Amino acid sequence: MNRQFINDYDSLIVGGGLVGAAIATGLAGSGRRVAIFDGGDRDFRASRGNFGLVWVQGKGADYAPYARWSGIAARAWPAFAQSLLEATRVDVGLQQTGGLDFCLDETEWDARDSEMRRVQAHTDGEFEFQMLDNAELREWIPQVSERVLGACFSPRDGHVNPLYLLRALHQRLCDLGADYFPSRPVLSTTPDGGGFRVDTATDRYTAGQVVFCAGLANQRLARDVEMDIPVRPLRGQLLITERVPSFLPCASVQVRQTREGTLQIGDSHEDAGFDESTTLDVITQLAARAVRIFPHLEAVRLQRAWGALRVMTPDGLPVYQQSSRYPGAFAVSCHSGVTLAALHAGAVAEWIDGSRMHPLIADFSATRFDVSATRQRRA
Amino acid sequence: MFRLLGNDAPEFVEIELDAQRVSVPAGISLAAALLLLDALPTRRTPVGAGPRAPFCMMGACYECLVEIDGRVNQRACQVLISAGMRVRRQLASAVPEAEA
Amino acid sequence: MKAHYPLVIIGAGPAGMAAAQTAAAQGVEVALFDDQPRPGGQIYRNLEASPLADPAQLGKDYVFGRLPIQRFRQSGAAYFPGSAVWYLDRECNLGILHDGVHRRLSADRLVIACGAQERPMPFPGWQLPGVMTAGAGQILLKSAALVPDEPPVLAGSGPLLLLLARQYLRAGVGIRAIIDTTPAGRLWPALRYLPRALAAGDYLLEGLQMVAAIRRARVPWYRQASDLRADGDERLAGLRFRTRGGLHEIETRLLLLHQGVIPALQAASAAGCDSEWNPRQQCWQVAVDCWGESSQNGIFVAGDGATIGGARAAALAGQLAGLQVAWQLGLLSQTRRDRLASPVRKARQRQLSLRPFLDSYYRLDEAALQPDDATLLCRCEEVSAAQIRAVAQLGCSGPNQARAFTRCGMGPCQGRFCGPGVEWILARQQTVGVDRIGHYNSRPPLQPVTLGQLAISEGEQR
Repeated sequence: MNRQFINDYDSLIVGGGLVGAAIATGLAGSGRRVAIFDGGDRDFRASRGNFGLVWVQGKGADYAPYARWSGIAARAWPAFAQSLLEATRVDVGLQQTGGLDFCLDETEWDARDSEMRRVQAHTDGEFEFQMLDNAELREWIPQVSERVLGACFSPRDGHVNPLYLLRALHQRLCDLGADYFPSRPVLSTTPDGGGFRVDTATDRYTAGQVVFCAGLANQRLARDVEMDIPVRPLRGQLLITERVPSFLPCASVQVRQTREGTLQIGDSHEDAGFDESTTLDVITQLAARAVRIFPHLEAVRLQRAWGALRVMTPDGLPVYQQSSRYPGAFAVSCHSGVTLAALHAGAVAEWIDGSRMHPLIADFSATRFDVSATRQRRA
Repeated sequence: MFRLLGNDAPEFVEIELDAQRVSVPAGISLAAALLLLDALPTRRTPVGAGPRAPFCMMGACYECLVEIDGRVNQRACQVLISAGMRVRRQLASAVPEAEA
Repeated sequence: MKAHYPLVIIGAGPAGMAAAQTAAAQGVEVALFDDQPRPGGQIYRNLEASPLADPAQLGKDYVFGRLPIQRFRQSGAAYFPGSAVWYLDRECNLGILHDGVHRRLSADRLVIACGAQERPMPFPGWQLPGVMTAGAGQILLKSAALVPDEPPVLAGSGPLLLLLARQYLRAGVGIRAIIDTTPAGRLWPALRYLPRALAAGDYLLEGLQMVAAIRRARVPWYRQASDLRADGDERLAGLRFRTRGGLHEIETRLLLLHQGVIPALQAASAAGCDSEWNPRQQCWQVAVDCWGESSQNGIFVAGDGATIGGARAAALAGQLAGLQVAWQLGLLSQTRRDRLASPVRKARQRQLSLRPFLDSYYRLDEAALQPDDATLLCRCEEVSAAQIRAVAQLGCSGPNQARAFTRCGMGPCQGRFCGPGVEWILARQQTVGVDRIGHYNSRPPLQPVTLGQLAISEGEQR
């Protein structure tokens, strides 16, 4: 096949979702010539299934570096949103008035409480939270049902419109002169004299760097440069309703009210393989839970239900991996593309760029999975 | 904009439209009745407060949304007239804030 | 209502009714769900209980429906009117809203017969009160005996536009003007399909009679019109358009639009049925085999919802689906199935032989399908064509990405009216055919359902 050979780039980014686009803006912003290869309109696109939370509470309860990383990310959000607004005129709708996780019974309450205490310990008290009982909750949000036990509140949590975030990132990329190739998936990568050759169906590109941000495809793609990035799909179904008079002053795990006034209701965690479909069971369960928390929503219409596949690493924490064999190759996998966006555009891009490696990045290497596998073998 | 065809007067019933009593033929859709009454626009859009009215009459376009007996966003073309129904056109310019 | 039926049919138009009747006649236990209170679909709407003194004034194709409706009523199929199917999946699980109560159902086989929708015809001002579809005009006539109180303007292209004009004239309603957007030079290339079209029946003759009646009534008929713009402040006041003769302006408070019909794909798409681009009809349709079975085993799509062919062809497609389901469920031998199917296939081919001529004569000018920048392409979320073009410049992978970036298609109609426009814009921007662009993916709910309705049923499950 007659491939066109193209070597106009410094960095080739495989994947144009929230992770790839954010990293690409960081690299392009520091002057690198960047190309981004994206899948097709109907591919698995985790970015379209993101709930939109900027979330700190609970993160890293079992892994201190993640607790700290998430905290930094949340603190970086306001400036990040502002810079995107100024650069692209896209308002990603950041609202960081805190976040709630509703507890419907004692088990949930105890689990949340214990989780948060661990996060607090990991962050030397930086992380703040408060367990609100029903009375306190309803004083703030009168529409909460009497039957809700309470909720965990954390002041630094918030939400954005994840689709507008992706759009803003793509606008930024366009303005920075990066080349974005939709519907041009990467088929294979070959190390070549210190750099890499990347093949799509029609063309071949060469560059000094390749960064895999291709969601569930990372495992297969990164093997070409001898990186083992274990990721598996975890389905989440979400509901979106018609517009509703404004009543929810902050985001919550179960329900959030968007800027448009619609309600996003989530979400499930299902082992369904590579199947994005919605199911009747989950749709009705999510609806029932929303009504259980906010009884006044019973008359509100469901406008759309959809499912998406989260990109889950074995411990659910991000992977930031540089190939030891081929140092110009990187892989980034996570399911918190919104919360961590500022860091992906900032610290992670700087790491890939070679200008600075944030001390926490080493804690997210994929080799941690080898270690635990070794531990298991020894045990 | 529309009139009834034919000389045989159909049966008329009373409904409430924006708190006024009006007489409309029984057995037709609410959207048809609103057109007969020339009660246009029948709603304003939530984003730009644009004036709208029934468009497709087959339940596909969702332009004919009205409030019926206290329930908002009902497709008027999918609801038949029943005596005493209380209809309000959704003419507020934006989704209202909840009452405190 | 049971929790499971061997065959569930969605839609009580010609295809659905015929499928129900055929399958029931072979001993299949059938349940048919339709969201309207009476059977007939759009074409035979309100025929059973017409508010018109003389329904026959709407034409013989309308009253032809009496027999299929009667046969369906007598078929033994369980019929559930006023039932909205809001959920279906490829395992033939269904979520149905019946009398405001949500119910789950399952089936061994599914026939989706949801019919067609009018092809959207977006242009600046199309969202104003007073602009409606020609189909809406027909529904008002059939279901409420309502006609325009002033002569309306009809704009667009296609047999349905002329049919409506004829029906209005017969009802004593004048027509202010027909703004015909059929492109120039269509007759000559269509003529080669004429002999085949004549085999379909006297449709062409009826067509000529409609045209003659419209001419006799001296309805101003502007041809090869383009660049439509509806003007008005709170409601439609007038229409501007262009013809070869120059620019025109007509005052009117009612404008009825029609630009052909396209399959309503939502239900089939939600069930995972593959769609395919029909280049002759310039629309998406469902990929089905010669029995109407889709790419999903056990799910059939029959009638205009699969491919546009008209009411009679739809009924015949319904029969074929019914026969195949009966055979698949073991109630009909292959030999007998084929013997029964043979005349049905022939009759269907005869009906479809009209299509090449119509599709060619009314073929849309694809350049003219590009919505003007100022058009409110997404009526629900008020997104302009210009805004779609702006994100297309960023390199949109397809309509779903365009929707994610702009909210176009996220409103209550879920893209039914903006989808095609977005596809044409992306196709032009990427200089490829629409077949390479794709269409919006379809997700539940297919009809509105409240959280409370779902929650109650969830409570009952426990």
